[in-house]
Amino acid sequence: MTDTAISADNLSLTFQTNDGPVHALKDVSLDINKGDFVSFIGPSGCGKTTFLRCMADLEQPTGGSITVNGVSAREARKSRAYGYVFQHAGLYPWRTIGRNVRLPLEIMGYPKADQDARIKRVLELVDLAGFEKKFPWQLSGGMQQRASIARALAFDADILLMDEPFGALDEIVRDHLNEQLLRLWAKTQKTIAFVTHSIPEAVYLSTKIVVMSPRPGRISDVIENPLPAERPLDIRDTQAFLDVAHRVREGLRAGHSYD
Amino acid sequence: MTKTALSVLTVLAAIVVIWYLAVAPMNIRVALDQAERAGATIDPPSAVERREMSSWVLMAKNRDYISEGYALDRPRLPTPVQVGQELWKTTGAMVLNGRTWSKRSLIYHGWITLQSTFWGFLLGTTIGIVGAIAIVQSRVIEMSVMPWAIISQAIPIVALAPMIIVLSSQVGIEGRGFPKALISSYLCFFPVLVGMVKGLRSPSAEQLDLLKTYSASGVQRFMKLRVPASLPYLFTSLKIGIAAALVGAIVGELPTGAISGLGARILIGDQFGTPLAIWAALFAAAILAGVLVTLLDRTQQALLRRMGMRS
Repeated sequence: MTDTAISADNLSLTFQTNDGPVHALKDVSLDINKGDFVSFIGPSGCGKTTFLRCMADLEQPTGGSITVNGVSAREARKSRAYGYVFQHAGLYPWRTIGRNVRLPLEIMGYPKADQDARIKRVLELVDLAGFEKKFPWQLSGGMQQRASIARALAFDADILLMDEPFGALDEIVRDHLNEQLLRLWAKTQKTIAFVTHSIPEAVYLSTKIVVMSPRPGRISDVIENPLPAERPLDIRDTQAFLDVAHRVREGLRAGHSYD
Repeated sequence: MTKTALSVLTVLAAIVVIWYLAVAPMNIRVALDQAERAGATIDPPSAVERREMSSWVLMAKNRDYISEGYALDRPRLPTPVQVGQELWKTTGAMVLNGRTWSKRSLIYHGWITLQSTFWGFLLGTTIGIVGAIAIVQSRVIEMSVMPWAIISQAIPIVALAPMIIVLSSQVGIEGRGFPKALISSYLCFFPVLVGMVKGLRSPSAEQLDLLKTYSASGVQRFMKLRVPASLPYLFTSLKIGIAAALVGAIVGELPTGAISGLGARILIGDQFGTPLAIWAALFAAAILAGVLVTLLDRTQQALLRRMGMRS
């Protein structure tokens, strides 16, 4: 057993389009350790979502290799090694919140009593206890996204892949959810890969920040976040925080310098 | 609410008024012919001359006889009241006299048609749903079945109906029940097929990806995502389908020499020159369609509410 949860080695993915090939990812190498919180930040088209989807075996790389928990991404998906949170909550409108969380458990064949216990536990974890019988449209956008996180936490996957989960929410809700997510991460000890557009979000949440740049999509900087594990929201006003944010910004700018 | 009701009633009243106004020019010739036979002096006196003249001129020249057009036994266009009376005579009044299942009762004929409609609807819906599932599952089936389904709807059912009857008697099927149901299902399956294909394909890429991350099987993907996502589409097409099935059942009664069913009533009314019977049968069919569609609509609303969808 290694300490590496996800390992990409010279990963490339080229989409063939009518306008010629698009290099979504080119020679990307990265190791994510178990228990890490890794953010991927970069402008649109830098391949951060594609990278995440490669980890999830939702895209097939055209070059290089990727392993998840020491096996191929496909095997990892088959063994249900990760929970995936999409940009939109994507709750099924005809299922209550409780039954939405139950969906993966039904599919994976957990016993009924275990399902009930898990639903109760994860809904409490995301502060949605008591909303089990509500339908998605009766909840705000932030609550829906929390429900979708609960859904990804309900089964025993030690990796959480999150694709801009808070991108569509307003700043105040986003702050609140960031705080909650950190607490959740501390409590569950999961490995989290988190795609975002927001520099403060990346710096606030991560142990490791991966800065990416477009055309072709590649990694331009990997920053080990020196901030302490304990992070109240106002840590964002400290000099240490601003220094990291500055370095991320520099990395983003460098990626843009020649276009 | 009352404002909407008022608007709806206004439109309804306007339709009735237009209908009443139309009765005079439509019936003036029949009214004058009848008055002439009764010995009245008409201008111009002979039916042959009148044929050359427009209804408006005839009305202007024979103002006294316009009102006769509203009380004819065999009007070209009956008034709404006449249609209502005929409907009552062949339904409610029959029930009161204990002759509900008489051959003159529209309840009897409506029941015959309703049965064909039901079987046709059942058959058509089954074909539509099974076809849609097959089409969504397989590209090959889509390419080989879908064009035929579309072409089938370009063939007029009136042309096909006699052949279906001949062929089904050829293979030894007795009675008209089966061919009528088949004709009915022929009209009914298409909206169900198209609606279900659309419904089964309605889940977004993200919803499908989600199930992929759970490593869900094809059956699970179908049962837990595609089927529930398709239900609103299914009901919308069922409502169209049942109206089409009713039309199919009536058409199935026209060329078959059937003597019972609303279609047969329409045909007989035409052959015997009793427009009132035709109109009553038409209205009976319309009312039947309205009831069936409303029933499905209620079921849809109840079900979707249970599924937590806003309607």
